[in-house]
Amino acid sequence: MKNKSLNRNARKNFVTYGLVIAAYAILQTMSATGSMSSSLKGMLVPICAYVVMAVSLNLTVGVLGELSLGHAGFMSVGAFTGVTAAMSLQNIVPSPILRLLIGMVTGAVFAAFAGVLIGIPVLRLKGDYLAIVTLAFGEIIKSIINNLYVGVDENGLQLSLLTNKMALADGGKIIINGPMGITTIEKLSTFTVGFLLVMLTLFIVFNLVNSRSGRAIMAIRDNRIAAESVGVNVVKYRLMAFVTSAALAGAAGTLFAMNYSTIIANKFDFNTSILVLVFVVLGGLGNMLGSIIAAAALTILPEALRQFADYRMLIYAIVLILVMLITNNPVLKGYMDIIKGKLTGRAKKPEGPAPEGGAGNGK
Amino acid sequence: MTFLNYVLSGISLGSIYAIIALGYTMVYGIAKMLNFAHGDVIMVGAYICFFAVTRYSLPPLVGVLAAMAVCTVLGILVERFAYKPLRTAPSLAVLITAIGVSYFLQNGAQLLWTPNPKVFSSVVGTGRLALFGGQLTVSYVTITTIVSCIVIMIALTWFTGNTKMGKAMRACSEDKGAAQLMGINVNSTISVTFAIGSALAAIAGVLLCSAYPTLVPTTGSMPGIKAFTAAVFGGIGSIPGAFLGGLLLGVIEIFAKAYISTQLSDAVVFAVLIVVLLVKPAGLLGKQVSEKV
Repeated sequence: MKNKSLNRNARKNFVTYGLVIAAYAILQTMSATGSMSSSLKGMLVPICAYVVMAVSLNLTVGVLGELSLGHAGFMSVGAFTGVTAAMSLQNIVPSPILRLLIGMVTGAVFAAFAGVLIGIPVLRLKGDYLAIVTLAFGEIIKSIINNLYVGVDENGLQLSLLTNKMALADGGKIIINGPMGITTIEKLSTFTVGFLLVMLTLFIVFNLVNSRSGRAIMAIRDNRIAAESVGVNVVKYRLMAFVTSAALAGAAGTLFAMNYSTIIANKFDFNTSILVLVFVVLGGLGNMLGSIIAAAALTILPEALRQFADYRMLIYAIVLILVMLITNNPVLKGYMDIIKGKLTGRAKKPEGPAPEGGAGNGK
Repeated sequence: MTFLNYVLSGISLGSIYAIIALGYTMVYGIAKMLNFAHGDVIMVGAYICFFAVTRYSLPPLVGVLAAMAVCTVLGILVERFAYKPLRTAPSLAVLITAIGVSYFLQNGAQLLWTPNPKVFSSVVGTGRLALFGGQLTVSYVTITTIVSCIVIMIALTWFTGNTKMGKAMRACSEDKGAAQLMGINVNSTISVTFAIGSALAAIAGVLLCSAYPTLVPTTGSMPGIKAFTAAVFGGIGSIPGAFLGGLLLGVIEIFAKAYISTQLSDAVVFAVLIVVLLVKPAGLLGKQVSEKV
């Protein structure tokens, strides 16, 4: 029985990898043959970044079982540190792709560091209290970056807080300019790098979830006291999931920022955290493929609704409420199952408890 | 005297947070959900009052009553159509629905009333009261805000302690199943809670815009988040906790602005929240529930 479920997991993971590769191949061909609208083309990298954000948040919310409302904070840390690294190495590292990679690694490392700093106090709390503290950290990160000034000259990096007190030598340049953010980013991100980051994220998350550590994390989610009593180190495994999630969000932040010429800290506010949380919940908790599809679909949806002009965000809100009602209201869900049964021509099996806490909604 | 001025404006801002936080905390106590749309009900209340006063030139008090009436109906409708069908759903699904409602209200307001900022004229005028021979001046808005907050607080405490509906609310927040067995109509109790919370939000919206007169469709979101923080700060689910949390948050915010840095005041507020939650994980007045193994 156990063996069978493991095989099923592995098969599901390979389906996910396969679908991502197929999507990449199709989109890349479409973009190469020019049969893609320019607005969609411009959204490819943000979609990749949001997919990574959603999958990494799913690790915290779905696998670890803790609600985080400050995931955009890690994206912000990754974006600003990563872009700073890439920009200050402009003269030293000539290859743009290498600079992007260094930026992403830097972003991930700093976001992981922020994850440790935040995780140690945050993970002592539970439930809604934990959620509000992650929200608070997200807002603190936003406030600090909004008041941070970073410049580079031949002597290295210079930092100052609140006001621009830097004395840059000739030829030096300001990188982060307080509330103005970073204004002269080279657009280094490409769809291929984004795709590779998505694959790497999936690889890390799937391997973590299917490892001994992953099982410990899920045991903590399902019953913390029981897990603790059989000798699972609760603090260590919770922190492991939280920091992995933060690091991936940091890399996604760098990827996202390097796709635009300017980026400001207010871009990564509470609303962005919520946006990513919506991807995760709509896709199904613990269901990575669901997160990917939800992230891609909901990033394109406002764009696809452009013909409704002013009404598009209203429609987005209504769609969101309706989807939540249909997938969670017992009565409506019953109707949906009947319709689904008629369409597929067979009755639906009675639902047992979800095997991995995956809500598996909307499938 | 400057210090006293800061304290007064802190208490005034804190009173607004407290009134909003009361709505959050009552809904959380009974429905066990974070109603993220609460901040946007504030905005709707402020707009209704604005139009009642400026377009239909009604007296300000009627404007406030109209705002309360509209928000009460809005609160009940939102509860009926968005939250009630999800009573048995996992809490995250309800949270996302609340976020959907919040988007809906914000964008609806944007369509109905355009995103252009409206200049809200204070409902109690812009006069100031001079105390101590003019050394300390207090605006009428500040006085009204503080007095309303105290009145609301006393009224709510009386309501939850002495009326039948108030007792039903407390029973529902303790144990919904047992309350139902005792013959309490849980659904209507939850509806009444939403109605009261939304009416309070309308008052908070009017007071907020009287003190800070720019009104846009996103006016409610930041005070909403702050008030939510205040509710958690005081111990979510506890009415005196929301009052205390709101006041403290307001005072801390004004002090941080005055003595530390204007730009970093939000960071200071949230940092204090984190420290308090680490020392008292259930908030200042929250019940610490010990785990049974």
